[in-house]
Amino acid sequence: MAINIKVNGAMHSVPAEPDTPLLYVLRNDLGLNAAKFGCGIAQCGACTVLVDGKPVRSCATPIDTLGRSEITTLESLGTIERPHPLQAAFMAEQAAQCGYCIPGFMMVAKALLDRNPQPSEADVRQGLAGNLCRCGAHNRIVRAVLRAAQMGGRI
Amino acid sequence: MNAISRRAFAAGLGGITLAFTFAPRLAFAQQPARLPGSLGDNRLLDAWIRIGSDGNATVCTGKVELGQGIVTALAQIAAEELDLPLGRVQMISGDTERTPNEGVTAGSQSIENSGTALRLAGAQVRAILLELAAKRLGADAAALSVAEGVVAAPDGRKLSYAELAAAADLHREATAQVRPKPASAHRIVGKPIARRDIPGKVTGGIAYVHDLRLPGMLHGRIVRPPCYGAKLEGFDEVRIEATPDGAPAVRDSSFLGMIAEREMLHSRTVRLSGDRAKLEGFEARVKAMPGVVAVVRDGSFLGVIAEREEQAIKASLALAESARWTAGPPLPDQAHIYDRLLALPTEDKVVNEKQAALSEGVKFVEATYRKPYMAHASIGPSCAVAQLSDGRMTVWTHSQGVFPLRGNLAMALKMPAENIRCIHAEGAGCYGHNAADDAALDAALLARAAAGRPVRVQWMRADEFLWEPFGPAMVMKVRAALSPAGRIADWNYELWSNTHSTRPSEPGGDNLLASGYLAEPQRPAPPRMLPLPAGGGDRNAVPLYAFPRQRIVNHFIRDMPLRVSALRTLGAYANVFAMESFMDELALLANADPVAFRLAHLEDARARSVIEAVAKKAGWKPGERGDGSKGRGIGFAKYKNLATYVAAIADVEIDRVSGRLAVRRVYAAVDAGQIINPDGLANQIEGGIVQSTSWTLNEEVKFHQAEIRSRDWDTYPILTMPEVPLVEIELIDRPEERSLGAGEAAQGPAAAAIANAFAAATGKRLRDLPLTPARVKAVLEG
Repeated sequence: MAINIKVNGAMHSVPAEPDTPLLYVLRNDLGLNAAKFGCGIAQCGACTVLVDGKPVRSCATPIDTLGRSEITTLESLGTIERPHPLQAAFMAEQAAQCGYCIPGFMMVAKALLDRNPQPSEADVRQGLAGNLCRCGAHNRIVRAVLRAAQMGGRI
Repeated sequence: MNAISRRAFAAGLGGITLAFTFAPRLAFAQQPARLPGSLGDNRLLDAWIRIGSDGNATVCTGKVELGQGIVTALAQIAAEELDLPLGRVQMISGDTERTPNEGVTAGSQSIENSGTALRLAGAQVRAILLELAAKRLGADAAALSVAEGVVAAPDGRKLSYAELAAAADLHREATAQVRPKPASAHRIVGKPIARRDIPGKVTGGIAYVHDLRLPGMLHGRIVRPPCYGAKLEGFDEVRIEATPDGAPAVRDSSFLGMIAEREMLHSRTVRLSGDRAKLEGFEARVKAMPGVVAVVRDGSFLGVIAEREEQAIKASLALAESARWTAGPPLPDQAHIYDRLLALPTEDKVVNEKQAALSEGVKFVEATYRKPYMAHASIGPSCAVAQLSDGRMTVWTHSQGVFPLRGNLAMALKMPAENIRCIHAEGAGCYGHNAADDAALDAALLARAAAGRPVRVQWMRADEFLWEPFGPAMVMKVRAALSPAGRIADWNYELWSNTHSTRPSEPGGDNLLASGYLAEPQRPAPPRMLPLPAGGGDRNAVPLYAFPRQRIVNHFIRDMPLRVSALRTLGAYANVFAMESFMDELALLANADPVAFRLAHLEDARARSVIEAVAKKAGWKPGERGDGSKGRGIGFAKYKNLATYVAAIADVEIDRVSGRLAVRRVYAAVDAGQIINPDGLANQIEGGIVQSTSWTLNEEVKFHQAEIRSRDWDTYPILTMPEVPLVEIELIDRPEERSLGAGEAAQGPAAAAIANAFAAATGKRLRDLPLTPARVKAVLEG
């Protein structure tokens, strides 16, 4: 059984059952590391990716529900050498401790900035309310998203 | 992209094997001199630092990155002493074949132990290179200067480390005799250097053991019993039906639905609908499921290996569905857990006593405080990769201690330790002894059935909550006497606690979870009272305040109704919460301001400084009271009475209708001695305060007699983004003082500050953690 999905602009045929959660396909078939397994039940947000621009919990999204949707992961934003403003801002603010939850936060932030390029601090805190961080990096994450907004996060 | 990533990862995780031995070249006739920090146990220079033919340094540390930024901080220390740019220092950490054995990365001791070793080793290596250069240049070593790995003579002649490296003999004893740089000469230490690991983590690089993808790698999952101590009896009727092509499959409910059910409900309650063909040989049927390579059963250890991760999960669900277990011993009733703990036999020890005549006219008061079981609750469930090849087991693990883990693996696997290699790779933050080590044994047990292929095991969310060792519940009773002049005349403090370490490093047994469930089970190490000054349950139980009389008693409870081990701060969080809450209660009785009352009982100048600094930063007004819905409070501790000083002030708001307590802002003043990396230190303190706020407001492991009930983020809620307080920190740098560990320094003071702020706001005292809306309402209405 092979299923076609479109990730970061490219079509991929993956040898997975239709009910396979997107997360495992991204990580194990496509070698994309950013989305993380945190809970498997859409509670923590560590696996967040964008589907047609909207944040989605990839751990609870079967691949056969995606059709021709555009899936975007953190990898497509930028690289260490040429980071996206969000990535540059997270580096500048040192907005991580262990960092495991951070890609999920960044993808929610990406959707937030695409929708609202100049959010207030309260907008950011509320917008990121559905993602969990255990290390206590929250205030740095907020500062990073606000910095990215100043840098023109909508790219 | 994949192939490159794999190579890069392999290089970072042990692809290169450097040949060197730990055996000292020199035989010592007499007892060797004691060396500072971790040099004492790893005395050879080249165990720590090697200089390559390119003049770059390879620095080895037994301490590991847990998200606390330690590898960056240690690189700063080494680069500073070597006079090399940071970019020319490669770090290798936590590998039983390549790095020194520094035990466990815990207790906020890495800067003190590994940092001290690297500072002294770095200074000595630099001196050796200088000496060589002096000979070649015919100059006096003292006249030479070094910059960026190039030695220069006064006449302008130069020699690089690259040119000197081959002749530098670093396979020799460290002496600790070469004086490290004075703080005034530091260019890298003391600077807010960006962490090495963050760029990869924010761009999707390979960063965690979870991301390891070795060629031919399989995926495994473990099927745990329904409760502690249950034994696998067999399998119930088969609940797998054949697919049209003949391969059995679980197909009655959707895969995701099944995961959700297993995560949210008890696995025994999962029911598949539809026809259930009664087939023989349940294990054989699971083995015939798509992608399944092996079902591994060893006593009551049950796991499955499959080609694809989701196949392993499906097969584990099928196994869990039909596995039949004996009932384990019942858990205590949570409603009476503290009574139950207090009724258990104890080993009692007076850990500190100060005697003096009790002054006249004193008034005694007492209070009891309680702290529940708390979970590490890592965001990423534990993971490991293991491979058995040519009789050698290699395990990639996010353990805090690769050497102690290797020892426990050797016992469980019945293999010689020298045939096991444990290599650290990062995990999600662990905050102490979580399931990292357990996952390593799980992976190794599965790898034995994988015919040489590597097996990656990641625990599911419920596995992590149900099976991790929790931070122990504790009871603290304090009785103190106040003199007519409003001074503390007597202080009696008693605490009841289980051990705070069932780590693999504990002697006399095997503490890895699965080892107790094997057909030939291993005995766990006997629990023990961890000795002061660092202590376990009694960590920070001895007051730093100068009381004329005091008696501190540790009631050590050997029986462990729930699995427990080290959670960040061990007993310090509970003890500081209790002690600093009671200081405020006494201040109130003495009609004294909490800040002034603390200062009046403190002789330690650095302690006084952090309290004064935080009061100034927060604009503390002596005698200010809350208005019923808003208030502020203070808490203070010197972590372990040995490490970083933190004073914290919290501003809280109480919704008297809902009972919700909100922490709006926390100020902290911090003295960690000489600061290696101010941003790294600030990050640790900020995170510690936020995590402690979550512990203090929300966290409590739920259980009833049949099972642990905290199994996901709904049943173990942690603080969310809108609830997180703003944090303002003042760092007091003391360049001439020893650097002190800080990762656990803020949690106790923050908890006490929150509880004291609530009392200041409402005039009511909460003594049971966590400070939940139900407790807030009860105390406000009571």
